[in-house]
Amino acid sequence: MNVMTSIDRSAAEQRNTMRSLPLRNTKNTIMTLLMGGALLAVLFPLGLIFVHIVKMGLSAISLDFFLHIPRPTGEVGGGMANGMVGSMVLIAMASLMGIPVGIFGAIYLSEYGGSRISTVIRFCADVLSGIPSIITGMVVYSMLVVPMKGFSALAGAFALALIMIPIVLRTTEEQLKMVPTSLREASLALGVPLWRTTLKVTLRSALTGVMTGILLAIARIAGETAPLLFTALGNQFWSSKLTQPIAALPLQIFSFAIAPYDDWHRLAWAGALVLVVTMFALSLTARYFGRSGHKN
Amino acid sequence: MNSKVKLDDLNVHFGGTHAVKGVTIDFPANSVTAIIGPSGCGKSTVLRAINRMHDMTPGARVSGRILLDETDIYGRGVDPVAIRRRIGMVFQKPNPFPAMSIHDNVIAGYKLNGRMRRDEADEIVETSLQRVALWDEVKDRLKSNAMELSGGQQQRLCIARTIAVRPDVILMDEPASALDPISTLKIEELIEELKERYTIIIVTHNMQQAARVSDVTAFFYLGELIECDVTKKIFTTPDRKQTEDYITGRFG
Repeated sequence: MNVMTSIDRSAAEQRNTMRSLPLRNTKNTIMTLLMGGALLAVLFPLGLIFVHIVKMGLSAISLDFFLHIPRPTGEVGGGMANGMVGSMVLIAMASLMGIPVGIFGAIYLSEYGGSRISTVIRFCADVLSGIPSIITGMVVYSMLVVPMKGFSALAGAFALALIMIPIVLRTTEEQLKMVPTSLREASLALGVPLWRTTLKVTLRSALTGVMTGILLAIARIAGETAPLLFTALGNQFWSSKLTQPIAALPLQIFSFAIAPYDDWHRLAWAGALVLVVTMFALSLTARYFGRSGHKN
Repeated sequence: MNSKVKLDDLNVHFGGTHAVKGVTIDFPANSVTAIIGPSGCGKSTVLRAINRMHDMTPGARVSGRILLDETDIYGRGVDPVAIRRRIGMVFQKPNPFPAMSIHDNVIAGYKLNGRMRRDEADEIVETSLQRVALWDEVKDRLKSNAMELSGGQQQRLCIARTIAVRPDVILMDEPASALDPISTLKIEELIEELKERYTIIIVTHNMQQAARVSDVTAFFYLGELIECDVTKKIFTTPDRKQTEDYITGRFG
């Protein structure tokens, strides 16, 4: 009896399905169109920004832009060489401070830490990465700039490092966790101490993923402006000491874009183009690393 | 036969679980001892205690003594790293280092601990690979990645890697369970040859394998050692009823 009803029901369901086929096809078409619309809605502003930056930037960019520092107000021409070099210096210093802390912290979390302290550290890292970068700048201002009695490259790099640490920490930890336990045990069973195993086997296996995380962190800080406003401050000239204010590309874009001179606006657009292309290249490199990592 | 490894009232706890209960057993030198028993009987846990692998497991507690040539490996001031150099381990799934060549995998125990001389390395690679009967198969492609080898070859590579550091004891945790019958046979032949130089303790699910390769067999059930005797006796006239039931396939 039960069997009979279940057969009857499935036959009825089948008839239903057949009848509703055109309806389902229509629904399918509508949904596909909606999804396509959503895709366009995402791509359109992105494309708009990119096309606009390229249009405005390309006409302003020249060899001078890469070779010269800004001219005094009123003079036409000049470039942002000091801003680009300054950004590189800041990124290099921030990386030197932030990457080791992030990686060693991740090693602690994934290989050594007890579960309670790890949860606390992880939570702190997540909070740290959620703090608006202007606040990071403010904290560094009161911690470093005020006691040192001056804006400096050092303070700017420190602010950027604070932003890097949680990004590097969490991506590295995720990558280390993906290394199979059997590899660690293989090394330990050969009489290799845990610290060597961690560095030469675990970290080595996760290296491509770790590199991806580092590049993404660099791409993130390359465009940061707010934390530099009152730490590195910016500089119209070359800086010769790390304890002096230093120019940075995003800062120069900011101050040139709000200036009342057309020529400065053009330079700001050129700077924007350089910054966007750099970040684009960094993201592509990160993706390339990520992909070759998955192949292994 | 004189014993190489001796467990004296070994207990292992994981959190609240008492996984190994008061095991006392002697593993004779230069022979193969098989540990058999149904899943979850603690046989792998016992094996991993012998080279202090549980040090890495959070919540694991080992008590009692394990003597290697009369030294307690859990004694005060004993370095687990030094112990693991004398007691090697081969795992269930072949686990060569994926980022290394065949050559480098064999000398991984040296390489990971620092640098070594080139000629010395080559010699160790050749003798170790010959001893596991892999040399002829891979001698022309020592530089290729170890992951290109078949599962059976990878497992023999892992054994080569283990004997390259010249241990006294080799622990094997179901070394053939992930392999096809022909590779299994090769591993078993290898075990037979290796026992001339090493003391071998092998955990296996496969009773025929235990009967084929071992001199002594220990039967574990629910974390306890039920019976340990010469393999032939265990498989023909065991003293305990539980052993007989397991051997004849009545449970497990």
